[in-house]
Amino acid sequence: MNIKNKKWWVALFLGPALFFITLYLLYPLLHTIVISFFDKRSEAFVGLENYIYSFSSPVMRAAFRNNLMWLVFFTIGTVGLGLLFAILVDRVKYEKFAKTIIFMPMAISFVGAGVVWKFIYTYRPVMTEQIGLLNQLVILFGGKPQGWLLRGPWMNNLALIFVGIWIWTGFSMVILSAAYKGIPKELIEAARVDGANEWRVFLNVIIPSMAGTIISVMTTMVINVLKIFDIVYVMTNGNYGTEVIANRMYKEMFQYRNYGRASAIAVVLFLCIIPVIILNIRREKGGN
Amino acid sequence: MALRKASARFILHSVIIISLIIWIVPTLGLLITSFRPAEEVNSTGWWTVFSSPLDFTKYTLDNYRQVIKAGGMGIAFKNSLIITVFGTLFPVLIAAFAAFGLSRLYFRGRSFIYALIVSLLVVPLQLTFIPILKLYNILNLSGTFTGLWLAHTAYGLPLAVYILHNFFQSLPDDLFEAAFIDGASTWTVFVRLALPLSVPALASLFIFQFLWVWNDLLVALIYLGGSGQVAPLTMRLTSLVGSHGQDWHLLTSAAFISMLMPLVIFFSLQRYFVKGILAGSVKG
Amino acid sequence: MKRCVALLLVFLLISGIGVFARETVTVMGVWGGVELEAFEKVMETFEAATGIEVEFEGTRDLPTLLTTRIEAGNPPDIVVLTGLGMMNDLANDGVLVELSNVLDMKKFAEEYNPVWRELATYEGGLYGLYISADVKSLVWYNPKAFAANGYEVPGTWEELEALSKRMIADGNIPWSVGMESGAASGWPGTDWIEDIMLRTAGPEVYDQWVNHDIPWTDARVKRAFEIFGSIVRDEAYTWGGPIAVNATNFNDAVAPLFMDPPQAFMHRQASFITSTIRENNPNLVAGEDYDFFPFPPIEEEYGTPVLGAADMVSLLTEKPAAKQFMRFLATPGAQSIWVGELGKIGVNKRINPNVYPDELTAKMAAVLQDATVFRFDGSDSMPGAVGSGAFWTGIVDYVNGEDLDSVLEYIEAVADETYTGGAATD
Repeated sequence: MNIKNKKWWVALFLGPALFFITLYLLYPLLHTIVISFFDKRSEAFVGLENYIYSFSSPVMRAAFRNNLMWLVFFTIGTVGLGLLFAILVDRVKYEKFAKTIIFMPMAISFVGAGVVWKFIYTYRPVMTEQIGLLNQLVILFGGKPQGWLLRGPWMNNLALIFVGIWIWTGFSMVILSAAYKGIPKELIEAARVDGANEWRVFLNVIIPSMAGTIISVMTTMVINVLKIFDIVYVMTNGNYGTEVIANRMYKEMFQYRNYGRASAIAVVLFLCIIPVIILNIRREKGGN
Repeated sequence: MALRKASARFILHSVIIISLIIWIVPTLGLLITSFRPAEEVNSTGWWTVFSSPLDFTKYTLDNYRQVIKAGGMGIAFKNSLIITVFGTLFPVLIAAFAAFGLSRLYFRGRSFIYALIVSLLVVPLQLTFIPILKLYNILNLSGTFTGLWLAHTAYGLPLAVYILHNFFQSLPDDLFEAAFIDGASTWTVFVRLALPLSVPALASLFIFQFLWVWNDLLVALIYLGGSGQVAPLTMRLTSLVGSHGQDWHLLTSAAFISMLMPLVIFFSLQRYFVKGILAGSVKG
Repeated sequence: MKRCVALLLVFLLISGIGVFARETVTVMGVWGGVELEAFEKVMETFEAATGIEVEFEGTRDLPTLLTTRIEAGNPPDIVVLTGLGMMNDLANDGVLVELSNVLDMKKFAEEYNPVWRELATYEGGLYGLYISADVKSLVWYNPKAFAANGYEVPGTWEELEALSKRMIADGNIPWSVGMESGAASGWPGTDWIEDIMLRTAGPEVYDQWVNHDIPWTDARVKRAFEIFGSIVRDEAYTWGGPIAVNATNFNDAVAPLFMDPPQAFMHRQASFITSTIRENNPNLVAGEDYDFFPFPPIEEEYGTPVLGAADMVSLLTEKPAAKQFMRFLATPGAQSIWVGELGKIGVNKRINPNVYPDELTAKMAAVLQDATVFRFDGSDSMPGAVGSGAFWTGIVDYVNGEDLDSVLEYIEAVADETYTGGAATD
C-alpha cells in the first residue's frame, strides 16, 4: 500500500498521543525507576534493598496473596458476567433498561460506593437492630451476624472483590456487547440451521468471533486488578488482611514518605504486567 | 417445541431479572437512605421503610436540601462540566488518531510504539504527580483548567488507544484496501470510513472517560487546587463531611446528585452502542 | 443543533482557559462540614478586618496533597497538621517557617501555658501554633441511667472494676467501644493505651515510649495493652464483643449509652464526641443526660494525668499576608470564634469561658487548665509509619484476637526502621 508522504501522516496521527504519554507517563516512570534504587529521601544509593523489602516483608507478601485472589475472582467475574449479560440482554425488549442497571455502579464515585456497601456489609451485634442488609438476611434465616469485612482471609477479600465485580461488570458488558452485536447474524443462523444447540453455537461461533475483544477486556481487567486501590482504601484501608500492592505503595509514598520503597513497589507492579502485555501483542501480531 | 421455547424464554427472563435485582439493591439502599433523617439512618435498617412505605413522616428532603443549598454548589457543577467535557473530548479524539495510525498505517516500529502506549496503562497515577506538578509550576499551569485538561488527556490515552486499536483491527482489511485503491486519501479514509464505523467504540470510550473524569477528586486536587472558584463538584461534596465523619449521611444524597449527570450521558449515548458495527458497509 | 453544541463547547473552553486561581492566603486542612463552617467564620472576620482574602483547601488526603505540593514547589501558605510527627518531619526537612519571628513572642508567653510552646518546638525552633485543644482522658456516661441503676461514678480503677462487675451481674454491659474510622481505624484504641500507660508507668516512661527510647516489647507497654485487652476482648465487658469493637465507627460507639433502654454504660472518648452526641440525639441536655468523669487513676502514685490533642497550624511560606493571618490566629478573638462554634477547648488563656456553648464544655476546659500532668496524644507525636500506621493496625489486629507478643513485635520492627535514631536500647 503506497501512501504519499507517509512520514507526515504518521507524525500527524501519532504525534499528539506520543507527546502526551511521553511527558505525563513515560518520564515519571523512568524517574520512578531511578529513585527506586535510592533511600527514602532519594539521597543515598541503596541498590536492591527496596526490592528485597518488596518481596520479603510480611505485609507485602500478604498483599501479593490478596492481589492474586483479586486476579482470579475479579477477572473471571467481570469478564464472565459481562459476556453473559451481553448475550442475554440482547434478546429481551428491555435491553436498554437492563444495561443501564448493570452499568449504573460505574457511575457512582468510589466514595459513594463505599457508602453504598456500608448499608450492605455493616455489622451490628445481635442485641441491636441491623443496618446492613446482608446481616439482616442472615438473621432472617436464623444465623448470627457476621463481620463481612472483618474476618479474613477469604470472607473479607471476597466481599471486597464482589464490590469490584459489581462496579466493573458494566464496563466489560458494554464493550463485549458492542462486539457481540458485530457478529454477522448469518453466521449464527447458519449454525442454528445446521442443528447446533445454544451451547454449541456459543462455543463454536460466538466465542471465536469475539475472541479478540474478550482477550482485550480480560487484559484491561487484569491490569485494573493489579492497580486496584480505591475500593480497598475506602472500605478497609488494607486492614484485617485485605492489603493490596497499590495501597502499600500509596502508604509508603505519601504517609511514610519513603520514596525509594514506594518506587520499588511501583516498579514491581510494572514488571508483573509486562508479560500480560507481551502476550497480547504476540497474539495480535499472530492474528493479523 | 413451543413449550421448550416458552420455558427457555422464562429461564432467560428469570436469570436477567434476578441479576438486575441483585445489581440494583445496593444502590436502592442508598437511594432510600438518602431520604431518611440522620438519627434513623444509624439505628434502623433502610429496608424497614417497606413496612409502611407510604408513611411520609419517615422521609425527609433535608439531606438533599442541605447538599444543594451548601455554598458553591452551582459553581462547582459548572466547573465539573468544564473539566469533564474537555477532559473527555481531547483524549478520545487524540486516541482515535493514534489508534488509526497504529492499525491502518504501516511503518517500522509500529508494534513497539503500540506496546509502549499500552504498557503505560500500568503506571499508577500517584507516581506522576510530583514530577508533573513541578513542571506545571514552572510553566504556570498549576491551578488552571488547561493544566487539568492536559493531565486527564494523558491519563486517559493508554486505555483509549488500546480499546480503539483493538476495534480498528477487527474491521476487515478489504474495506480499507478498497478505499485506498479507489484513490481516497488517508485523511478521507479516516474521516469518512474509519470514524463512522467506530461510533459504538467511540461512544463507549466517551462514556468511560466522562465517568472517570466526572468522579475524579484526586487529580483535580493536585493540579487545580482546592480553592472555591475552581473546585469541581466532587471536592465540594466531600467538604460537606467533617474530618471525623460528622454529617457523613449527607454523602448519601451527594452521591445521587453527583450520579445524575453521568447517567444522563449514558442514556443518551445508548443508541450508539446498539448500532451494529458493519451494518450495510459490506456489499454482497 | 450541532452548531449549538459547538458554540457551547467553545464558550466553555474559553471560560475555562481564562480562569486562574487568584493570589490569596491559602490554608490546607482536613476539615469539612461543621468544622469548615466554623473556620470560615474565622476567615471571614479576618477578611473583613484586613481585606486580605483567605482560601481554604480541604482534603481528607492531606499527606498526599501536602507532600506533592511541597515537593513540586507550590505549597499552601498555611497547613493544619494532624500530628506532631508530621510537624517534626516537615521541620526536619526545612519546609516550615520558624515562628518566633512571625508571632509576637511576648504576648505569646503571657497568653499561653508554656506547654503549648514546648510541644510545638523542634530542635529549639517554634514551628506550630495551637489554636484549640481536645481533652481525651474522659469517660462518658448517662447520669440518668446511672442513677436509675444505683451506680456511682468511680474514683479509682478498683472502683471502676467493681462497678463493671456489678453491671455485668445486673445483666448490663459496662463499655461501648468503637475502633472503625475508615483509613484511620484503630486510633481510638491508641488513646486507651496512652491513658493507661500514663497511669501505670508515669509520664517519664510515657515520653520514653513515644520517643522509642524503650521498645514496644517492654513489659510496661505489654501491661498497658493487656489491661486494654481485658476490656475490649471480653464479650461480657463490651457491647457486641471484639467483633463489634472493630466494626463500629467511633462516632456510632457512643450511641448505646442513650438507647432506650441503655445498652451500655460507659464510653471513653475525647471531648469532641459531644458534637456527635448532640447531632444524633438533639433532645439531650448536657450535664443531665450526658456527662463525663475523668479516666480513673490506676497506680496511685501517678494520679490523674490528662491526655490531649490539639489543632495546630504551621506556616510554609514567607508571604506577608500569610504571616498576618498566623498572628491573627494566635489572638483570643480568633480562637473564641473557633472554639465557640465547635465546643472545642481554647488554649489562649485570655479566652472568656462564656464563649463555650455549655457548662459541660467549660468543665472540660477546667480539666485541661487544672491538669498537673499533661501529655500530648502519643500516636500523633510518633512518626507517621508508627503513629498513623503500625500502631493503628496493631490495635485492630489485637482486638481481632491476634497474639499480643506478635503484635508488639511487629510494631517494634516498624518503629526500628522508622525512628531516625535507630533501634531502641533496653
